[in-house]
Amino acid sequence: MQLTGAQALIKSLEAEGVDTIFGLPGGAILPVYDPILDSSIRHILVRHEQGAGHMAEGYAQATGKAGVAMVTSGPGATNIVTPIANAHMDSTPLVVITGQVATASIGTDAFQECDITGITMGITKHNFLIQSAHEIPRVVAAAFHLATTGRPGPVLIDLPKDISQSKMEWWYPTTIEELDLPGYHPEVPLDEEAVALAVALIGASERPVLYVGGGTLKSRATLELRAFAERTKIPVVTTLMARGAFPDSHELHLGMPGMHGMYSAVTAIQKADLLISLGARFDDRVTGQISSFAAGAKVIHVDIDRAEFNKVRRADVALQTNVASALRALDAAKATPLNLDVWWKQIRTWQERYPLVYDEPTAEGPLLAQHVIKAIAAQAAPGTIVTAGVGQHQMWASQFWEFEEPGTWVNSGGAGTMGFGVPAAIGAKVGRPDRTVWCIDGDGCFQMTAQELVTARVEGIPIKVAIMNNAYLGMVRQWQEMFYEERYSEVYLSAELPDYVKWAEAMGCVGLRAHNLQEMHDVIEIANQVNDVPVVIDFRTHTAEKVFPMVAAGASNDDIIVHPLQRGDAR
Amino acid sequence: MSPEPLLGATGRAPARHHILSVLVENKPGVLARIAGLFARRGFNIYSLAVAPSEGNARFSRVTIVVDAESAPLEQIVGQLDKLVNVVAITDLAPNDAIERELLLATLSVDDGNRGDVLDVVANAGAAIIDVNALSVTVMLAGTPSACDELEKSLESFAEVALQRTGRVALPRLGPAATA
Repeated sequence: MQLTGAQALIKSLEAEGVDTIFGLPGGAILPVYDPILDSSIRHILVRHEQGAGHMAEGYAQATGKAGVAMVTSGPGATNIVTPIANAHMDSTPLVVITGQVATASIGTDAFQECDITGITMGITKHNFLIQSAHEIPRVVAAAFHLATTGRPGPVLIDLPKDISQSKMEWWYPTTIEELDLPGYHPEVPLDEEAVALAVALIGASERPVLYVGGGTLKSRATLELRAFAERTKIPVVTTLMARGAFPDSHELHLGMPGMHGMYSAVTAIQKADLLISLGARFDDRVTGQISSFAAGAKVIHVDIDRAEFNKVRRADVALQTNVASALRALDAAKATPLNLDVWWKQIRTWQERYPLVYDEPTAEGPLLAQHVIKAIAAQAAPGTIVTAGVGQHQMWASQFWEFEEPGTWVNSGGAGTMGFGVPAAIGAKVGRPDRTVWCIDGDGCFQMTAQELVTARVEGIPIKVAIMNNAYLGMVRQWQEMFYEERYSEVYLSAELPDYVKWAEAMGCVGLRAHNLQEMHDVIEIANQVNDVPVVIDFRTHTAEKVFPMVAAGASNDDIIVHPLQRGDAR
Repeated sequence: MSPEPLLGATGRAPARHHILSVLVENKPGVLARIAGLFARRGFNIYSLAVAPSEGNARFSRVTIVVDAESAPLEQIVGQLDKLVNVVAITDLAPNDAIERELLLATLSVDDGNRGDVLDVVANAGAAIIDVNALSVTVMLAGTPSACDELEKSLESFAEVALQRTGRVALPRLGPAATA
């Protein structure tokens, strides 16, 4: 069967089981947009290529499948660089297809030419510049294999226009060998000796902590984690990338560690004698000052990526495997039961003394974002997916929403990409149309990518967006208040401009606003009744509210700053 | 880390250098991937040599002398191994490797020093590979320290140009296993 390169690309995506492409056409990718008309794949036309990338990420984080985005060459390609970098930092499986100028024009500074494989070399797991139509099926199959196996990540395919127009004889690889990846070996045999060492360390520990990272979700190890934690009674902390990997309601769960983590989670790590790191990477937002991080703890480091071992923190035992196999192996060893009574007693006192708190909001407002998030969560259906932008609202969403299952928390962790929330919510809703999807956003973030609500309305993707409108770039404002002597530099945004309600309505969404507690309850109720179009709510929140607990950048986790309501209390 | 007997008196290679012999797929951009990785991770390269390898157009062998002071060797190898086009990495500690390098030098000569140049060349085991009335070009294929020594000896002559290739290396052979 003779196909054009463009037809072969779409047919290859169908062969990979792709159901949705997020994209925006342009000159160099034009040939590929013709066979889309004849394909079963749904194409979602975005308003900006960055939106396509974040939607694909939201789709991937909510479903566990690779997200697919397609854009044209030049500015189309550079506009999707931020989502690619974001996916690289958070190990999100993504396949991004970019059009490229014709092969003969490459290197001539042709119209809308840019070296996107060069630009993305350092922020993709791998990228390809297609050389012939014949190799399209192999490259597409290889891209999905690379994106979804081992440590997942973004893969980019750059497709020159003349190749998408040339003819090829259709074929599709059926074996791994045909993918021609002689240097790629994502799975390594389990190191039984390391398992035995790990079992011994666990058996000898008195103050162990399970430090659960995003790799636990990526390897779908949540059942294994629960079984292991419940059998050993080892306390669990879940990083920002692992929220939902272990139920927040579980008595063994201490919550999130790190810069804005729970006091008990941060302090349990600091006082631990053993950290069992499961697909986590000792990010600086978790460790704070590295020299004083968990200074008395031995470390068992489980990761599929061996380059994570000893990168930040020396591992006493390094176990290169996926988290699920590691937990199964550790569980199978059935080490002697631990007596953690003293440890738990200590942890319970921290939990009791330093729970998450915030000031009581006044009836007339302004609202408090923490309270708004709790109010939304209280009315949300079980399994609701929450996305966030980056900043104070993100931290509060992670702190105050109770996550009970994997895939319900979608956010930008490593890269910290403002504007992630709205497009990610759209992608998550496309991937999980059965779920309610709330985007907890900030006013600064919302303004970066809000145009995608037009996409959501046109495509019939009814997400709900809650803007925590404090009229500021709130997290930067918080740092300027705390660390720059209240010298506020370029952080004021205005609560009134833009008019978020009118803007929402102009984009075909329901726009709502709440200044006080009564309005807050009313608009949440209305939002929950709207299930056909997107809803945007402008919650007017307190300008000076800050996120606590907090460990200042570069400070030791021992110097955690608790909420003002809890200060003066002996630790 | 083993002691450093191979380093010459000029000590051009870092004190904790390691040789990575890296088999890569012969694909466009593979060298950029390696160079980019070293640059963005802050790993220092002392020298790098690349050529097709294993009698097979599919693969090339890149010999990288890395500065193990700039980053732990484990990190360099671990990150390099994640490049999809990297097929195999052999880490050669200096004592376990046979290292060779090629040096070319063009020198201005006259009747007064021509004999001295020839003596230096003969002593170093080097060869004259090009001559004209005013210059000679000298070549030495040898250990990095031999190249260091020759370079030092040539300092007293007027150099027009001097170029070294960077080292290539293979594992030192152990005792042969008899069949």
